[in-house]
Amino acid sequence: MEPIVSYQDVTKTYGDLKVLQDIDFNIYPGEKVALIGPSGSGKTTLARLLMTLERPDSGTIKVNGENLWQEKVNGKLVKAKEKHLHEMRKNIGMVFQHFYLFPHMNVLNNVTEAPTTVLGLSKEEAEQQAVEMLEKVGLSDKLDDYPSQLSGGQKQRVAIARALVMKPNIMLFDEPTSALDPELVGEVLDVIKEIASEDDMTMLLITHEMEFAREIADRIAFFNDGVIAEQGEPDELMNHPKTPRLQSFLSRVNS
Amino acid sequence: MSTFKIFVSLIKVGLKVTLEVTFFAVILALLLGFVFGLARMSKFKVIRFIAGVYIEVFRGTSLLVQLFWIYFALPILGIRLSALTTGILAIGLNYGAYCSEIVRTAIQNVPTGQTEAGIALNMTKTQRMTKIIIPQAFVMMLPNLGNQLIELLKSTSLVSMITLTDLTYQANILNSATFETTKVYTMLLVIYFIIALPLSKGMKLLEAKVSEGRA
Amino acid sequence: MWNWKYAFSILPKILSALKITIGATFVAFLLALVLGLILSVLVRSKVKIVSLVVRGFSQFIKTTPLLVQLYFIFYVFPKIGISLKPFTAGVLGLGVHYSTYLSEVFRSGIESVPAGQWEVAKALNFSRSQTWMKIILPQVIPPIIPVIGNYLITMFKETPQLSAITLVEILQTAKILGASSFRYLEGFTIVGIIFLLLSYPSSQLIKKLESRLRTEN
Repeated sequence: MEPIVSYQDVTKTYGDLKVLQDIDFNIYPGEKVALIGPSGSGKTTLARLLMTLERPDSGTIKVNGENLWQEKVNGKLVKAKEKHLHEMRKNIGMVFQHFYLFPHMNVLNNVTEAPTTVLGLSKEEAEQQAVEMLEKVGLSDKLDDYPSQLSGGQKQRVAIARALVMKPNIMLFDEPTSALDPELVGEVLDVIKEIASEDDMTMLLITHEMEFAREIADRIAFFNDGVIAEQGEPDELMNHPKTPRLQSFLSRVNS
Repeated sequence: MSTFKIFVSLIKVGLKVTLEVTFFAVILALLLGFVFGLARMSKFKVIRFIAGVYIEVFRGTSLLVQLFWIYFALPILGIRLSALTTGILAIGLNYGAYCSEIVRTAIQNVPTGQTEAGIALNMTKTQRMTKIIIPQAFVMMLPNLGNQLIELLKSTSLVSMITLTDLTYQANILNSATFETTKVYTMLLVIYFIIALPLSKGMKLLEAKVSEGRA
Repeated sequence: MWNWKYAFSILPKILSALKITIGATFVAFLLALVLGLILSVLVRSKVKIVSLVVRGFSQFIKTTPLLVQLYFIFYVFPKIGISLKPFTAGVLGLGVHYSTYLSEVFRSGIESVPAGQWEVAKALNFSRSQTWMKIILPQVIPPIIPVIGNYLITMFKETPQLSAITLVEILQTAKILGASSFRYLEGFTIVGIIFLLLSYPSSQLIKKLESRLRTEN
């Protein structure tokens, strides 16, 4: 099977810090991959490079076999222009740690804005799809509320609906529950679990919720110091960590 | 007439007056700014009211109107001032009103905890003001006062309209005499820009110096 | 001293010139808004030359007197073929001068929009202009309305400078009347009062707007 996302020799440096070092990583269609590891290990950067929020310093990222950051012009590979990136982004959606809802729009409009503006859907069509999606995340009674009136868990669920309504086939979750009060984490994880139960959705989940990762992931990758130190099946990885780094990480996290 | 000759002529005749007006108006504005800024926070309603009237009248009416009023209308009430005095007085009064608001908000923005600490240490109001509040407020005021300084410099060009021989007045004279309109007014703009540069640089240095060692 | 009969006789003439003052204020303000917004976007340009030129231009205009800029537009522009009427030249000068101030206001407003908004807009595949129009500007504008309102009032008080390029607004009207009657007291006092009557309530309104915006947050 061809990978749906493929990182080849990807490097990213911030100043003196090598955040990602020659990363080779594949994600297969329909796979749910969880990225775990200490802060600053590069997991978020990996997701941001895919979402075109940052450019890799070297290496290639391919989505559906097509080069993300480069395009073919007159037979030569050149730096990708916005038009190409725009085209590639259609397949990818992202949910952020701090939600980033649009404060000047109510919940319904937060979810309909991108479909109408970016996809060109009519207001009615967009609203219909938005309402469906908001029902799915359990917020159909909050359509007229503004983000400032919602709890953290509700905000994140709206953010998830907003990303999903664009119908990406690759969803990135960057620590979706890390900014939430503990009692609100569950409602968001339930929504993510539902999405994971859909076979054709490819998911990249960056999280500190170990049990949850074990539950929904097909594969877990452990990041440390800019490299993938270990990866494998959830139970195998978490019960029998092979590298000392992962062993100490898991013991710290589980204490 | 060459550009350089124009430049020199403008400076020779007009610079002194422009700098004079700027200098004395700044002093007046700062003085009034502190006096009325503090007055605006007085516990006496009458003093607050009088300060308020001064501030609103001089902020609310246009500087050029104030200039004309002092120069043309005041004589009718018996007070005839020279153009130079008028310029300094009007600009000083006008900017004093703006400065007093800057002073007042800076003082009010010093955290109340500072005042409370002073009270707990048994300091008198004056001591608290001079040792704790104003030094901290001063740092906060500087950027805004610096902006006012540049605005004040620019506003001195208005004294040309009451026939005071500043840079702008001299430029108008030169223009009538030589018809080198483009050179004259371009040089005029450049000269004002050149004067403003050390002023804002100086203010930035002052700001940096006063905030030495602070977070 | 003060002559009430004379004061009332010149009031109508001064008030009729008020149209010019207010008209010039509003047109210049509109120009300042549009140009200020354009400048604040251009100054963020990734093309270094553009942002440098824009920054330099704004700095130069902001640091030099409006009066001299008015003279420049009115007397120097004709030398390169652009002859403008006093009203047009005045509005252009006033508008461009204050666009440099407004662009600062817009710039700080834009910078206070959280970076996450830009990122999520990109993730949702909004184009650059869609991001500006639908996401960023709607968040920038409401908080800066009081500041911009204050600049409107400031520009209003600067209009008398336009008399230097022969625009007959209210101060110039009072001056002309005073010159022929040798009575300056009433005219200039009336003009001062008109400015005060219009600007003071306006600034109080803006203060109220500001405090309401602050409590809403």
